[in-house]
Amino acid sequence: MKIMLVDDSKTMRNIQKSVLTQLGHTELAEACDGQDALSKVAAFAPDLILLDWNMPNMDGLTFIKTFRQADKSTPVIMVTTESERARVVEAIKAGVNNYVVKPFTPDILSQRITETMDKAAA
Amino acid sequence: MDAAYITPFMQSIQNVFATMLQLQVQVGEPKVKSGHQATFDVSGIIGMSGDVVGSVVLSFPTDSAERIVALFTGESISTDNADFADAVGELVNMVAGGAKGRFEGRKVSISCPNVVIGSDHTVTSQKAVPCIVIPCDTDCGEMCIEICIQDRKTQNAQAAEASATA
Repeated sequence: MKIMLVDDSKTMRNIQKSVLTQLGHTELAEACDGQDALSKVAAFAPDLILLDWNMPNMDGLTFIKTFRQADKSTPVIMVTTESERARVVEAIKAGVNNYVVKPFTPDILSQRITETMDKAAA
Repeated sequence: MDAAYITPFMQSIQNVFATMLQLQVQVGEPKVKSGHQATFDVSGIIGMSGDVVGSVVLSFPTDSAERIVALFTGESISTDNADFADAVGELVNMVAGGAKGRFEGRKVSISCPNVVIGSDHTVTSQKAVPCIVIPCDTDCGEMCIEICIQDRKTQNAQAAEASATA
């Protein structure tokens, strides 16, 4: 499975890469903000995107709104510190499929990925 | 400053460090900070806007920061490496984000973090807003959170009430 990691923090991308590699996912691409992700997503054609919210240049909410105009189906999990209910609802309405609040454990990230991919395959 | 804005930071820093670093944080008694001199040499700074405005600083002595960053990233990183600042920035991002999620009935946005490294630097915050320092201790060394925020929603409501009764 090809997974794109979109986060302005290299540290967080590395943590996510480490978790995903342990889960057996090795086809990974990285983007440092929404703009960077938009420029790479078509060529990489991910099966899943992990998306941060607060990023410079283009935040995650703007990315998902733009991305969903062209791609309605690729699953996207928002991975963010934004934990308020209103934010979660806003992200889901914008087209996010699932949500992980930072800080997270490897088990939570793994569980959300499995849930999301199972739902997408159903 | 209302304790309702202090407790969330205590809970958040303990949650972030326990979850991401498996590191317990002992939180000390909050106190009012005097002056703009940074408490320690490494400052991760994040701004808040919306119903609550101001800044939050996660401040570390260099040796504590080096140990904590090594635990967080899984590798030893020198302070002049950009990855060091990135890691400190992500920590303050999670602490501030976790705290604001615990503010009752307030809609708050946080900025992207900035990190300043160097002895004797200053972090100037808003005038007339008291800055609260929460000392913290861990097995990797000490650190603190400096909170300099004000509740704009309450202030605006009080101003509107005063204007109405004038």
